[in-house]
Amino acid sequence: MVKKSIVQALLLGLVAAMPLTSNSVAADKFVTVASTTSTANSGLFDAILPVFEKKTGIQVRVVAVGTGQAIRQAKNGDADVLFVHHKKSEKAFVAGGFGVKRFDVMYNDFMVAGPKADPAKVGGLSDVVAAMKKIAAQQSPFVSRGDDSGTHKKELGLWKETGIDVISQSGTWYRESGSGMGSTLNTAAAMNAYVLADRGTWLSFKNRGDLVVQVQGDKRLFNQYGIILVDPKRHPHVKAEMGQMFIDWILSPEGQRRIGEFTIDGKGLFVPNANG
Amino acid sequence: MDKTILPLHVADLTFSVGGANLIDGISFALEAGPRTIVLGPNGAGKSLLLRLCHGLIKPSSGEVTWKGANGSDPARHQAMVFQRPVMLRRTVSANVEYALGLRGISHSDRREKIDEVLSRTGLQKFARTPARVLSFGEQQKLALARAWALNPQVLFLDEPTASLDPAGTRAVEQIIAAIHKGGTKIVMTTHDLGQARRLGDEILFLHQGKLIEKTEAQSFFERPASNLGQAFLNGDLLW
Amino acid sequence: MSDFAAAFSNAVSLIVELDAGLAEIVLLSLRVSMSAVFIATLIGLPLGAATAMFRFPGRMSIVVVLNAMMGLPPVVVGLVVYLLLSRAGPFGVMGLLFTPAAMIIAQTVLIFPIIAALTRQVVEDLWEEYAEQLRSLGATPARAMPTLLWDARFSLLTTILAGFGRASAEVGAVMIVGGNIDHVTRVMTTAIALEVSKGDLALALGLGMILISLSLGVTGAAFVMREAARG
Repeated sequence: MVKKSIVQALLLGLVAAMPLTSNSVAADKFVTVASTTSTANSGLFDAILPVFEKKTGIQVRVVAVGTGQAIRQAKNGDADVLFVHHKKSEKAFVAGGFGVKRFDVMYNDFMVAGPKADPAKVGGLSDVVAAMKKIAAQQSPFVSRGDDSGTHKKELGLWKETGIDVISQSGTWYRESGSGMGSTLNTAAAMNAYVLADRGTWLSFKNRGDLVVQVQGDKRLFNQYGIILVDPKRHPHVKAEMGQMFIDWILSPEGQRRIGEFTIDGKGLFVPNANG
Repeated sequence: MDKTILPLHVADLTFSVGGANLIDGISFALEAGPRTIVLGPNGAGKSLLLRLCHGLIKPSSGEVTWKGANGSDPARHQAMVFQRPVMLRRTVSANVEYALGLRGISHSDRREKIDEVLSRTGLQKFARTPARVLSFGEQQKLALARAWALNPQVLFLDEPTASLDPAGTRAVEQIIAAIHKGGTKIVMTTHDLGQARRLGDEILFLHQGKLIEKTEAQSFFERPASNLGQAFLNGDLLW
Repeated sequence: MSDFAAAFSNAVSLIVELDAGLAEIVLLSLRVSMSAVFIATLIGLPLGAATAMFRFPGRMSIVVVLNAMMGLPPVVVGLVVYLLLSRAGPFGVMGLLFTPAAMIIAQTVLIFPIIAALTRQVVEDLWEEYAEQLRSLGATPARAMPTLLWDARFSLLTTILAGFGRASAEVGAVMIVGGNIDHVTRVMTTAIALEVSKGDLALALGLGMILISLSLGVTGAAFVMREAARG
């Protein structure tokens, strides 16, 4: 009797293991997209991917990490398509022979969120660099992504324009969370700190606490997303055909329309701009 | 029954640990038949001698030879019962069956053998009980039944009643007597001089790793050949 | 405190409505962790028993390494498995990265040291008790090993459950090698991490409650099985 139950447990284990192998073989029609937490956390993919999958039968598997890590994954050949938001790095990726060609997909903007009380008095400023100087001057807490993501790179670029060496301040009023956009917003909300965030994640974020948008509208806060097919000449296993189909669809009038139609609480998160 | 592996010849047997000879140049021969009781004060080397003869430990020097083995494996014709019975975590009958399986007894023959030894040791009613819930005395009976089922030509017993009450001791002695009656050579250590008198046909008397005398039991108890033997019987020999 | 109330009602409504997405995630979690436990048991039991019973060169090193590996950080395991399975890594051609198979591999690496090290401890104690008797009965060490594993079954079940607990609770390794891809590699823990990063703490906590209930369920089932086997 005891023997029987042990044998049964072993069989159960086998049965549990079985479907996995069949599963991964059956769903061979898929592309892997390395993308960013800001796009994934906003809910954009949940809204638009089912349309593409239904139309083509190709499953889109999104691995959402920071832009820096996404680019590294794509360089290693662990993704077929790269969908991120840091134009300079994307161009370097293509120039380095890792990607075929880069296309603009859509944009939104970054904004600086901060506590309602606004201790640095930056509310309503349209000059983001001036606002960041004030935050630094007040030594008001500021939470940085600190994870080599597109947002992080953007933020460091803005600090450079202020001429302030924030890295030397790290650990005092300037705090690097080293995590994704959402986790960084959680941290900022808990600390009542200022934070640079992309609008998509901000709008879909539910744990804002006392944080409100303080600075927006500066053209330097422009946030362009691009899409690139990983070069099959570099990584022959890349699913170039299906990857290209996905890119074509994203850039097509239908894909662009779907992106434009994606809203949260009636607010659009991304503006499609594939055609200029 | 196979031809017996006896007699057992032990020649110049020595077992040493860290330079100390715990068994020190012992030689003797044991014939089939008489029950041999190994006596001696604590630390004399009684248990070690049994383990060396049974092959559980290797001697530092000297030889243990089963003269009648004639190339067959003598280990297959021996069994041993320990002071603390080792019970497998399974039922009483499964404990016996496990031993039979190791000796290559076929499934069909095991059942009958199990029933036989369990009824002979009065354990039939516990056949399906987990062995480890038995009382200590019953566990020792099961250890004897398990050994008995193997039909050994030689059965070693290392103080089998040392932890038992008088009733348990009596029951175990009866089982040992029955096993001996079936033709099995008994080699046993004990602390209990009364038990040695009741069960012994011949005595091996050990002291500090040396064999002091090997004497027919009755004469050992009446007039031991050695002064040490006399002192031991008088209770003057502490170790 | 409203978070807890919201979490509880979230958990209840997810379960009551038999949310399809949730069911998929729960099933995948169970399949990944149970497969890992199964494979880790196949490796860990013999390895643990062998280090308990045999004296061979390097035995002590294995014991020390296994004991140390019981505390392996999941993130490090995930990173190493990622580097091995990446297209740029030695096993890249197998295309296992971002699949459940990769998650099973990572969790297996994570828990087989636990199962092996605890098995060694259990079997070593039992072998000390059994060794003379089994050798007297004529059991070779190879024959004694299954005997010891069988007789230690109740302790070993607890050992295996410890492995399951660690596998189903970890997030660091499966996040890296699985990628938390919706409908493909999203399991309970990575789903919780995702909801936290979306700021939906109540939903995350609700999922956490379901994960804890699952863990309780598996442990309880094993306990009932064990008691039934005993009786």
